[in-house]
Order: sequence, then structure tokens, then C-alpha cells
Amino acid sequence: METLAIISGAVIGVAILMYVVLDGFDLGVGILFPFAPDEGARNTMINSVAPVWDGNETWLILGGGGLLVFFPIAYSIALPAFYIPVMAMLFALIFRGVTFEFRHQAHTSTHLWNRSFFWGSLIAAFMQGTLLGALVQGVEVEGVRYAGGMFDWLTPFSVLTGIGVVVGYGLLGATWLIYKTEGHVQDWARSSAVVLGGGTLIAMVAVSVMTPLLRPAIADRWFGGVNILYLSPIPLLTLAFAVSLFWSIFSKRELLPFLSSIGLFVLGFAGIAISLYPNIIPPSVAVWDAVATRSSIVFALAGVAVVLPMVLLYTVYAYSVFHGKASEHGGYAHHEHE
Amino acid sequence: MPPFDAEILARLQFAFTVSFHILFPTLTIGLAGFLVFFEAKYLRTHNETWLVLYRFWVKIFALTFGMGVVSGLVLSYQFGTNWSEWSRVTGPALGPLIGFEVLTAFFLEAGFLGIMLFGWQKVGPRLHFLATCLVATGTAISAFWILAANSWMQTPAGASLVNGQYVVDDWLAVIFNPSFPWRLLHMTTASYLTTALVVSGISAFYLLTGSHRDVARQAFSAGMWGVLMLAPLQIFLGDQHGLNTLEHQPIKVAAMEGNWETRGGVPFHIFAMPDQKEQRNRLEISIPYGSSLILRHDPAGIVPGLKDVAVEDQPPVGIVFWSFRVMVGLGFLFLALGLWGGWARWRGTLYDVIWLKRFAVSLTPAGFVATLAGWFVTEVGRQPYTVYGAMRTEDSFSPSVTGASVATTLVLFLIVYGGLFGAYLYYLTKLVRRGPDPLATRETEEKPEAIRGARPGLVVPAE
Repeated sequence: METLAIISGAVIGVAILMYVVLDGFDLGVGILFPFAPDEGARNTMINSVAPVWDGNETWLILGGGGLLVFFPIAYSIALPAFYIPVMAMLFALIFRGVTFEFRHQAHTSTHLWNRSFFWGSLIAAFMQGTLLGALVQGVEVEGVRYAGGMFDWLTPFSVLTGIGVVVGYGLLGATWLIYKTEGHVQDWARSSAVVLGGGTLIAMVAVSVMTPLLRPAIADRWFGGVNILYLSPIPLLTLAFAVSLFWSIFSKRELLPFLSSIGLFVLGFAGIAISLYPNIIPPSVAVWDAVATRSSIVFALAGVAVVLPMVLLYTVYAYSVFHGKASEHGGYAHHEHE
Repeated sequence: MPPFDAEILARLQFAFTVSFHILFPTLTIGLAGFLVFFEAKYLRTHNETWLVLYRFWVKIFALTFGMGVVSGLVLSYQFGTNWSEWSRVTGPALGPLIGFEVLTAFFLEAGFLGIMLFGWQKVGPRLHFLATCLVATGTAISAFWILAANSWMQTPAGASLVNGQYVVDDWLAVIFNPSFPWRLLHMTTASYLTTALVVSGISAFYLLTGSHRDVARQAFSAGMWGVLMLAPLQIFLGDQHGLNTLEHQPIKVAAMEGNWETRGGVPFHIFAMPDQKEQRNRLEISIPYGSSLILRHDPAGIVPGLKDVAVEDQPPVGIVFWSFRVMVGLGFLFLALGLWGGWARWRGTLYDVIWLKRFAVSLTPAGFVATLAGWFVTEVGRQPYTVYGAMRTEDSFSPSVTGASVATTLVLFLIVYGGLFGAYLYYLTKLVRRGPDPLATRETEEKPEAIRGARPGLVVPAE
């Protein structure tokens, strides 16, 4: 059962990581929206994500649904605990999601949907970061129920992680745009990526310093005994990706900055997973305390093993259909028949 | 007594968000099927009218699909925020069904929707058609899983409660629980019938105003065929679904019939004001033996009565009773439209009868009303339980969530969804008013390849 619990935890982890990376870049495009050089650039930006955003967001449903499947107890503790940030994130994602359809139908109200896209992306990203911070700092649990108040999630640490995720998604968005655009939009994306890359690294360092201070158990995980030796690849690889990020931006590579940013996210995610393990709701609920019954896990894991590879396969295919540079007029041109 | 009763507010909130959500899948499930039909016809006949139709309706599909995605995401998290006890207890049984919906349906839809909407220039016509088919398949698979989950809450099977959580011992019994097959057929048909009414209604509007003549005729004909075939089918399926409910949830049927005492020779009440406090009806107008005849095919047949269970175990009778009548009444109106259309077609006057077209226009949104009414019957009729007979709604709510939070989010949902619905209707009206775009001559003659424009309906600048 412990093995099943750990495998289940890994499946959830992969779903959330996929979500963070994939929706991260299209939320990032939204965060950068008002700073774009002109309206044409904004059309290009939205066209670059329009065919894929829906699939990206589906990973979020898989994350939530997966938690209900594999860890119903964790799902029923975490969601009431994070009621306000979860609801805020959902409202934000609504505003952002409808922009794709409404904006290109709009003539006079384009600016309204531009704003909805920006604020929706910004608030969703911030709330996701806040949720992450609130989870890492710990949730008050009694038995199988949440025992804290409605605002326990709101602390300086969770605000810091919220800002960190906003800046990080911005970086993913900017490096995605380096890859998908050309000319003056690409130049602008490059200079944005430099600023946001710096911001992301500062946020990562700040979170890394503060996390071990939250609980002795986390400090012990990283610095106890010889752990630091085993875990040293994490900070070292992070450094390597940071170097490759800046080097590739300055040497005008197109794809490498995006891949480097993804690398930074994967490592940040791994760092958090290492700090939390074996808890799914720190500090007291371990994966095996919250895991669903055997019959549910076996059934669901069988489905995941069969279906998920197919999903990944056609997701790659869907991306490959829209390879190459996004254009201002293809895809969703927002004024039809001018 | 706190200023707000958090549980009641949470119930209102869920009723509102789930009712809002279901409007959009109802249209997209059916419309995806129509789009497959239009594109298949175009590929087979090369008649461009079908392509024009596809391009027009795919815009409405995209708009509606987007609304379904954002309002559906909310639900997958609302289970946990507002109904954490329910999530913990039923999660091991229902979680995997919802998980499978995401894996087998949502990803499929999302993966190929991009190609369906923007892939015209990027992939060939056959591959594009495949994408349309896969999106349509995705919508159907999605209905399969979510209706399995919902049906399990109505007629739980294949699992037992151990230490406060369900443990499943037979997954096939969980999925194919007793009410699932009829509910799946009834809801899928509702989707297609609603879409047929929307397609006929909007096309009838064009026929009445004399615009887009050829395209409108073709769509009107297709839509009216749909209504003619689906309305009687739906009445049959509804009847079977009702008999299934009689077997497994007799008290729900008692509420639908407004019948208080279990007895034979029960009339069908065309009109009544059920009074739950007094446990009787006021102002009954009835067909003698009607209810016994419908449910038991025998005038003396025994029909269950609400008083079989304590008052606190009865569903809110009035809502169930009246929603049922709205649904059935509309169902027979749809049948009337279908038969009238069939008659007019047989006489060769399908496109000429003004009142038929006006009737069709007036029923454009009626399928949604009937679908919602049907959901009210089945969901309100399940009360006071979330899992019928096993878990009460009051025990399903999140204990730590305060009334003020639920009230705040409820008000926000009302405002935001109200605004969104306004925007949706505004852009929908805009699309309908502009109507299907004819293929530009330039497109068909000089640049045949441009038929597969980047966005359906969009004249793409030459590359």
C-alpha cells in the first residue's frame, strides 16, 4: 500500500508539474499582455497560445480530479483550507478563458477583453503561487478534517511564493514568445525575459532560504547528515539552467531560453517535493494516510497507464501541427472581414 | 443561528453553477454531431453549402465550448471547497470516474479542438474531419463518465461504506449502475434534440427574413429531420427512465406525480399546488387513473406515495412536480413541431409554411429549458440525499467553511455568470445576425486552397 501511495503521489506530482509548465507559459503570456509593444503584438501573442491553452488547462482539472481519485482525504482537507484562493483562482481563470473566444468577436470592446486577459492571468498565477506557499507552510488538521480558519493561507511566505509564481510564469511566457514570434515582438520578449529571469532567480533564492526556516523537519531534510551531498545536484543544476537561460537569451537562441526556464521550474518543483515528502498535507498528513482504497487506486492507475501515454502522444502532435512562428492574422484574428 | 445558513447557500451555489454549466455542454454535445454531419456531407458531395454551414456553426460551437470549459473547471474544484465531506466519503468511488472523464474526454476534446478551429490550413481535409470526429467523440465520452458518476449518486451500486469511505468491490457495477443506461440515453438525446431545435430555429429565422436562403434551407431541413426523429425517441426514453426511477427511487416518482398515499387508481394531476406542510395537494385538476396507467399500464396499478417516508426524508415536492410538468409539456411541443415539419415536408411545403417557421423560431431556446427542468426533477428529487438513501446533503457540506464565504462567492458567481451570459448572448446574437458567410468567389475560383481558411469564416490573406 505504501508503494501504491508513493506511485499515486508521483502521478499527482507529474500532473501538477505538467500543468505548471504548460499553463504557466500561457498564463505568462497573459501577464505580459499589457506590456506588449502594440495591439498587433497582442494579436500575435494570443494567436500563439489559442490552439493549445485549453489542453494546457486540462492538466489543472487532472490535478484536482487526480487528488480526488488518489487522495480524497487530502482533497477534502486542502480545498476548504484554501477556499478563498481557490475560488479567486477559478474566477480569474473564467475571465481569462472566455477572452480567447470573446476578444476576437469584439470590435469596440477589445480593450475590455485585453484587461480581462491580463487580470485573469495575473490573479490566477498569484493565487496558484499563494496556494503553493500555503501548502508548504502547513495546514492545521484534526482527524480527517481541516481545522483552521478561512484566512490561514495568507502569510508573508505565501505572498512571496505568489509573487514568485507570477514572475516565473512571466518568464515562461516571455521565453515562449521568443520561440514563437519574430521581429520587434521577439526583441521585446527577449528584454522582458532578462528582467523576469532575474526576478525568478531572486524569488527562487528567497523561497529556498525561507522554506527550511518554516519547520525543523524541512531543514533536517536538506542539511541533516549527508543529505546535502545527495541533494546537491538540485542547486547545482538550477545554477546551470540559470546560466544557460541568460546565455541563450543574449546569444539569440530561440528555443533554449524556453527550455531553460522549464528546467528552472522542474527543479524548483523537485525542491518543494523533497521538502514536503512524505507529506501530502504538511506537516501531519503523509501520502499513505490520505491515500484512497486499493480498488480505487488500482483501477485509476490502470487507466492512467493506458490513457496518459496516448494523451501525451496526441498533445505532442497537436503542438506540432502549430509549430513555427505565430502570426498576427492567422488563428484568432480579432477583426474578421475588414 | 448564524446570519447565513452555509449549507443552504452552498446548495444554492452549486445548483446555480451546475445549471449554468450544463447549458453549454448540452449544446456542444449535439452540435459536435451536427458538425460531423455537415463536414461529412461536404467531403462526400463537395457541395459548398455544407462547408458554409460548417463554418458558421463551428463559430457558435467554439463560443459555447469556451463557456463550457470555464464553467466546468469551477465544478471540479467546488466539490472540494463546498462539499468536502461528500468528496472524502464518495471520492474513492466517484473520483476515478471523474478522473477517467478528464483523461479520456477532456484531453481528447482540448487536443483536437485547436486543429478543428485553427487547423484548416495546417492539415488536410481528411485529417481535419478526423479532428471534428474526435472532438465529437470526446463530448460523448465526457457525457458517459459524468452521467455514470451522477447516476451512481442516484442509484449507488458496487461499493460499500467502510470506516466512513466507500470501498468499491465491482467497478462495472459502479459504472453501469441501475439508472445509468437510461440517464445516458435520455441526456444524450436531450442534447441532440436541443441542438436540432437551435439549428431549426435559427435557420427558420433566416428563412423568415429571407436571408442566406440556400444555406438556411439545408440547415432547416437537417434540423427538422432531427426534431422529427428525436422528439418521439425522447418521449419513449423519458418514459423508460421514469419506470427505472419508479423501481429504484419510488419517492422521487411520488414527488413527480404529486402523490401522497401509496394506492391504486392514482390520477395524473395536470395541475396541482403540492402543500408539503399539510401533506396534500391543493387545486387539483386531474385525469382519472392517469398516473397508474402511465406507471403501471393498469388503471388499478399501485403508485408509491410520499407519506411512505418521514417528512424530513421527502424531496421538495413542488419543485419536482412542476419541473416535471415543464419538461413533459415541452417534450410534447417538440413532438408537435416534428410532426408538423414532417407533414409539411411530405406535402412539399416545408420551406413555405410561415407559422411552422415561426413555431420553430419560438422553440429555439426551449430545449435548454426542458433539459434544465429534467435535471431539476432528477437532482431535486434525489434530496435530501447526495447519495440516494445513504448520505444526506447536510452531511456532505464542508464543516469548516463559513456562511459568509459561501454567501460572498455565491454573490460573485451571480454577478460574474450573469455578466458572462450577457456577453455570450451578445456575441452569439452578433454571429447569428451576420449569418453564414458565403465563400468569396476569389476563394473558390482563384485560390481553391484558401477554402480551408485559417479560421472558418475568415478570409485569409494570401501567404
